[in-house]
Amino acid sequence: MAAFGSFAILLGLVLCVYNFVVGAFALRQIAVHPHASFGPERLAESARRAGIGSFIALSCAAFALIYCAFTNDFSVSYILHHSNRALPWPYKFAALWSGQEGSLLLWAWLLAAYGFVVRVRHKVDVKLTAYASTIIAGIQIFFTLLIVFPAPPFALVQGAVPADGFGLNPLLQYPEMVIHPPMLYLGYVGFSVPFAFALGALMMRYPGEKWIHITRRWTMVTWLFLTCGIFLGMHWAYAVLGWGGYWGWDPVENASLMPWLTGTAFLHSVMMQEKRGMMKSWNVWLIFSTFMLSILGTLLTRSGLVSSVHAFAESSIGSWFWTFLIIVLSVCLFTYILQRNHLQSEHKLESLVSRESSFLFNNLVLLAACFTILWGTLFPIISEYVEGSKVTVGPPFYNRVAVPIGIFLLFLTGIGPILAWRSTSFKSVKRNFLWPCIAGAVTALVLMAAGMRPWQDAGTLYSLMTFSLAALVITAVGSEFGRGARVIQRHTGKNILLSMVQLTRRNTRRYGGYFVHIGVVIVFIGLAGSAFNQSKEQEMGFHDSMTIGQYRLVCQSYTQDSNANYDSEYELLNVYKNGKFLTQMAPERRFYHASQQTETMVANHSTLQRDLYVVYEGRNQDTNQPIIKVIINPLVAWIWIGLVVMVFGTLLALVPNMSADQAIKSRKRVEEEVALPAGVGD
Amino acid sequence: MRTLRFHTHTFDRSLFKVWAQLSFACLLLVFMSGASNTFDRYRQLGHHNLICTCGCGQILLECNHVGCTVSTQEEAELRTAIARGDSDQLILQDFVQKYGPTVLAAPPQSGFNLVAWIAPGVVFLLAMLGAALVIRKWKLHTVAMPTPFGADPDSNAILDRVRRETEL
Repeated sequence: MAAFGSFAILLGLVLCVYNFVVGAFALRQIAVHPHASFGPERLAESARRAGIGSFIALSCAAFALIYCAFTNDFSVSYILHHSNRALPWPYKFAALWSGQEGSLLLWAWLLAAYGFVVRVRHKVDVKLTAYASTIIAGIQIFFTLLIVFPAPPFALVQGAVPADGFGLNPLLQYPEMVIHPPMLYLGYVGFSVPFAFALGALMMRYPGEKWIHITRRWTMVTWLFLTCGIFLGMHWAYAVLGWGGYWGWDPVENASLMPWLTGTAFLHSVMMQEKRGMMKSWNVWLIFSTFMLSILGTLLTRSGLVSSVHAFAESSIGSWFWTFLIIVLSVCLFTYILQRNHLQSEHKLESLVSRESSFLFNNLVLLAACFTILWGTLFPIISEYVEGSKVTVGPPFYNRVAVPIGIFLLFLTGIGPILAWRSTSFKSVKRNFLWPCIAGAVTALVLMAAGMRPWQDAGTLYSLMTFSLAALVITAVGSEFGRGARVIQRHTGKNILLSMVQLTRRNTRRYGGYFVHIGVVIVFIGLAGSAFNQSKEQEMGFHDSMTIGQYRLVCQSYTQDSNANYDSEYELLNVYKNGKFLTQMAPERRFYHASQQTETMVANHSTLQRDLYVVYEGRNQDTNQPIIKVIINPLVAWIWIGLVVMVFGTLLALVPNMSADQAIKSRKRVEEEVALPAGVGD
Repeated sequence: MRTLRFHTHTFDRSLFKVWAQLSFACLLLVFMSGASNTFDRYRQLGHHNLICTCGCGQILLECNHVGCTVSTQEEAELRTAIARGDSDQLILQDFVQKYGPTVLAAPPQSGFNLVAWIAPGVVFLLAMLGAALVIRKWKLHTVAMPTPFGADPDSNAILDRVRRETEL
């Protein structure tokens, strides 16, 4: 099977090269000799089919690696190092992306899959798709080369083949780990498609904004995958790593956040190009940057350039990524310089108080956040280069520099949607902002009356500002929904809720976007709770108790267990809240036989108000008694709820709008129902 | 009557402008302000200033590796130093001397490392300022062009209503 896998990869590479070379030649011929007799269109078609073939070849390679994992073929070095016989089957599947070689194969396969969809749907716009397909083929060549030369997944073990594998990293043996990396990769890889369309459209001086319409759904789906990937990673870190947090500003975490920020900026600013023909160069560079940041993130993860607990082992693969990044940047720059006169704005900003300005500021804030994170991630390298000694840029730096930017962004989330296009009159500003501002101010006053003291420390101050701005944004978005629904209500006579549904169906993108904004606000509320974390750690033997906040934990027993995959130690704790029995929790620590590594299994009692997060820290060497760490994390559940709302909003925005005909039919139906005498319809 | 309305409107607008400028200044002040002193020095230093040097890259008091002797030792040293009455500065200096500058959770705010702290804020402010100036410049150009419908303040209300209803 290893030979079959290697052959499939080589075949995939050949097909990608064919797609790229022949596709580029055909496009060149079409551009220079549009009526040539030798039929460049047929060449372009053959290139497209080769691209489709590359997906089939790489699918075979991915299947071969999974087959090797399921059949415990430890003659394949990758399987030997990332699997073992006792590994449960879902994790054998996850072994595909648990190491450098396998995850690169997954990347190449996902890219081929995205390319497959683009190539199959080529009739959307044959010429533009041909450009995009050729560019995607270029990217595919790079990733396929990686799994052919520096990181071959089917490399064989030298000498005698061991009877069992070394096992999967215990940190990865968690259900979310089966979906978190593919989601993240779907996000990273997915940005290749809008990038390819943008570059293709620029190369062929594509008229109009159709490329944006074509890639809008691609970008949103990709953004959704990346969002889910990031949040699943946060949840995994929270549930598995046992340090009580969900975001550590680790370079690898930062690497996933940077393309998300620029991708979010692109999703906003692209609306200005669609509606007003503005910011064309800006949009092109945003999508270029997003793609390049995805590559840079991968470079950081895999080259050992920055130290991170997430990073793969240091390898020579970094130089490949550097080369690719430089090539991509050069191509983008060259194409932009050559075609920049095609990107002239049709309109200019007319007012500082307008929807366009708010998009512009929102973009600048998102890019400032992205720059801050990139700066913080790379500063240790810069410092080492300048001063000769490395420094650490950890959470305190980001909390102080990036959090204020985040709060400002939250503010813009609220004010952007209630500003009109072109310019907003003072009267309109006053009318639209009055209630949101009152809501924000009242929230702040109520919270201070309830005991929040923002002058005590920055954390409380930021939390208060977040809660206050959250109230402002929710009121602003709610009032927008209300205003629109009342207009529908006046026309159709439906009740306000049905009017809201119809309003949303008539412009799913806009109102789906509002739901995403509400989701973001809910996430911020969850993040703001971290200012009020409490923690306590102590030895807890039989019948010992610990009190923290409203909770009292009493040890019922502690014991050990064992199975083929791991040994475990755990403690049973009865939890009382305000003197009443609440629940029983069992924090655990496992020792995995194959990898000889230890792993924490956190016990978490989650409510909307707070999480009671209990970690089994190990045993005291002297007394042999378990050490238990308890953390109270307020409002964490809101982060996951916020994600659900964001996903819902994005999915809603992907639904096509209800057409005008449907709207009229719906209105007529209501009028008929209203006209019917009571009882007729029963 | 019309003149009176115009004056009230102008007064409202200038008041709003002052209010907006003050709010922006307050927001900036808040954003630029850093963490104040806390009452718990051990938690402050252990949670905000120092990291575990075992290679995990985690904050000292959050390091949760099984059998990580490095963080246990560093926590003990921190407790001892605080009990001895050393100042925060002295404690951090001692840690840097012993474990190197990577023991600090964030770059020190001195020398070249100050750039780390200043650059994001400067870039952010310059970007905001640049955008505001560009919009202002464009706006001046736009005002010079004839805009018969939008120029009249009274038509703004109608314009707003049209926009609202056509945007649905």
